[in-house]
Amino acid sequence: MTRARAPRPGCLAAARSGSVALATLGLVTWAPLLSVAADPVAAQSDRPVVVASKPFAESFVLAEMFARLLEERGYAVERRPGLGATEIAFEALRTDEIDVYPEYTGTGLLAILGEDPPASSAAAYRRVASVFEERWGVRWLPPLGFENTYAVAVRPETADSLGLATLSDLARAAGGLVAGFTPDFIGRADGLPGLRAAYGLEPREVRALLQAVKYQALAEGRVDVIDGYATDGQIARYGLTVLADDRGFFPPYDASALVSRRLVQDRPGALLVLSELSGRIDEPLMRELNRRVEVEGDDVADVAAAGLRTVGLAAEGGPSRTARPAAGSDRLRGDGLPAYLWARRADTLSQTRRHLLLVLLSLVAGFCVAVPLGLALERARTVAEAVIRGVGVLQTVPSIALLAFMIPLLGIGIVPAVVALFLYSLFPMVRNTYTGVRDADASAVASARALGMTERQLLRWVRLPLAAPVIMAGVRTAAVINVGTATLAAFIGAGGLGDPIVAGLALSDTRLILSGAIPAAALALLVDAALSIAERAVGPRGVR
Amino acid sequence: MTITPSETALEAADVTKRYGAVRALEGVSMRVPRGSCTALVGESGSGKTTLLRTFNRMVDPDAGVVRVAGEDVRRADPVRLRRSLGYVQQEGGLLPHWTILRNAALVPWLQERADAEERARSALDLVGLPRSTHARYPRELSGGQRQRAALARALAGDRSILLLDEPFGALDAITRVDVQRTFARVRAEVEPTVLLVTHDLREAFLLADRVVVMRSGGIEREASPDDLRRQPGSPYVAELLDKAGVA
Repeated sequence: MTRARAPRPGCLAAARSGSVALATLGLVTWAPLLSVAADPVAAQSDRPVVVASKPFAESFVLAEMFARLLEERGYAVERRPGLGATEIAFEALRTDEIDVYPEYTGTGLLAILGEDPPASSAAAYRRVASVFEERWGVRWLPPLGFENTYAVAVRPETADSLGLATLSDLARAAGGLVAGFTPDFIGRADGLPGLRAAYGLEPREVRALLQAVKYQALAEGRVDVIDGYATDGQIARYGLTVLADDRGFFPPYDASALVSRRLVQDRPGALLVLSELSGRIDEPLMRELNRRVEVEGDDVADVAAAGLRTVGLAAEGGPSRTARPAAGSDRLRGDGLPAYLWARRADTLSQTRRHLLLVLLSLVAGFCVAVPLGLALERARTVAEAVIRGVGVLQTVPSIALLAFMIPLLGIGIVPAVVALFLYSLFPMVRNTYTGVRDADASAVASARALGMTERQLLRWVRLPLAAPVIMAGVRTAAVINVGTATLAAFIGAGGLGDPIVAGLALSDTRLILSGAIPAAALALLVDAALSIAERAVGPRGVR
Repeated sequence: MTITPSETALEAADVTKRYGAVRALEGVSMRVPRGSCTALVGESGSGKTTLLRTFNRMVDPDAGVVRVAGEDVRRADPVRLRRSLGYVQQEGGLLPHWTILRNAALVPWLQERADAEERARSALDLVGLPRSTHARYPRELSGGQRQRAALARALAGDRSILLLDEPFGALDAITRVDVQRTFARVRAEVEPTVLLVTHDLREAFLLADRVVVMRSGGIEREASPDDLRRQPGSPYVAELLDKAGVA
């Protein structure tokens, strides 16, 4: 198979040279690749181009536009929407697990490089473009043409009564206000910590709120201040007042396609296709696309297709619908929830199958490790409690953090998810095996030993059979935990019933969330019931 | 292990066992003649159970020598030694997930004898458990039946030496008399060597032909029941006899 090697063009030089307008810079950078783009082998070779997004509406829409444009140009595409947060998505890109996702220059500087961003958009882009290329071979395509910086918003009544127009005004009044910020914003240097430093902003109380509930919480007066995005469709919907960043604190957030080293090296044609979008999407267009998804509840695939048509990159009438449905297609607005769930049954079924696969694989692996470990600990009781406590600590690692740790080691997808779930399943099974075997009918064990059973025979014939129901109860606990935790596996692209939940949270679509949450809950109940039967079945006759 | 033609089946010579600062056994010497039933009596903590457990190596002494059929138990493989000695404990210790027949067949099964089940059946017959109980599980039997089954389990092996640790202690008075009678009959029929631990002097007088009175890890007095009754030998023993109402 021929692989088209990408020449390493004078990209860095061009990026450093600076003063050229960003879109022009894109053309200069990509000019040497034009000849390669025509190469049909490049378009057909290899695995599909893996297009990913982060879990919010704008990211979904942009990723879908990338995917559709690539498909239109003859590339096979695999979609991985809704990957965790920035750390997870970037880690996946850096390790070539995904090929492209939409990212923002400010996020690249602050969240990934840990640098203070320069004030100008062009400087910010030059900086990320050169550092990412140097450090990881990862490429920022020329910006898409709009900026989506943070926007801090309040209800118009609040703005009027307190006379708030700027963030400086807000800082003065903050002592009496309750803020509802996304967890991301609370933690990031370009979020609340930065605002504290730059404006002395100290709200009376800060609550962590998910994107999906933030606006409603503000509208209902449960919080007074929220963070949003400049291109946010919801800000218009609720008629919120956006406070001006009078000290220029928020860094430039130009959206770009961030491309993996592998794609840069192996598929220069795909890069060229993606860069057709550079400079083509302006803020009004992006806001409109976001509004359609977030407020109207339109299908992401339809909105992305419309977006491509608007910028003249898709034939009128739109391409064939190959988009995957997880991002909210087949939405039947106006119908009841049961009808909606019924319409989604095929997706739900395949997501349930994937979910079960995640749970089963991790559970079987966990069982194969936990039971022997529990037995070994029973023979080494001096260290047993310490080891079990150590395994228990794993349980306290937040799921998302554990999943994020997995990416550098195992990439994204089903493998890291199974490994993470495997780790979570250990504790209940180790503990129950240990205590079950330790506490098995002491007088029966003592007399069997006194009559000449070896330790091995005691284990095989007395302690394990008597401990079986206790061990099975541990399996049951682990299984139910895993059914729940596996919904988070969607954040690292492992699929399952978490897919519609993540997408639904990102799109503020309650029905989509429920289409994942209801089957997940039902699955937990079913698994629990099935294993309670198994628990009774393994209980030896005579002690049941 | 087969019993060599020695007159002493079980022997402890100057046996000492300490648990930290607690002296469980302090230089204890005693013999159990072949075919006899020797009762170890004493209050809780007197060391009688510890002494019994040195014979099947459930307890290894710190000092002294323990012999079974003339052989130093330290030279014996503990697992083989245990399979050669019948053992019954207070709560019976039947395996709750095994049927009565399988429980009774435990020792011959461990010894991989082809006739394990046969031996179990005849042992169960011997202790008077009807065949209808064979397929039952321990918890489906009464307390007395369970102790009979435990006795049968101890008899299904070599049945030449039995170590009994309060085997009738948990039974109600009427059932106890019943099972004690069964035991006396079995003894007459099989003529095993028996070491019986009991806190009940009446039981010792009823079943044993030698009584060893233990007190704080040592032997206070060793005699036949009649001699003991006639000559307590110490105020402590006299008091025990008096309390038990067998003086």
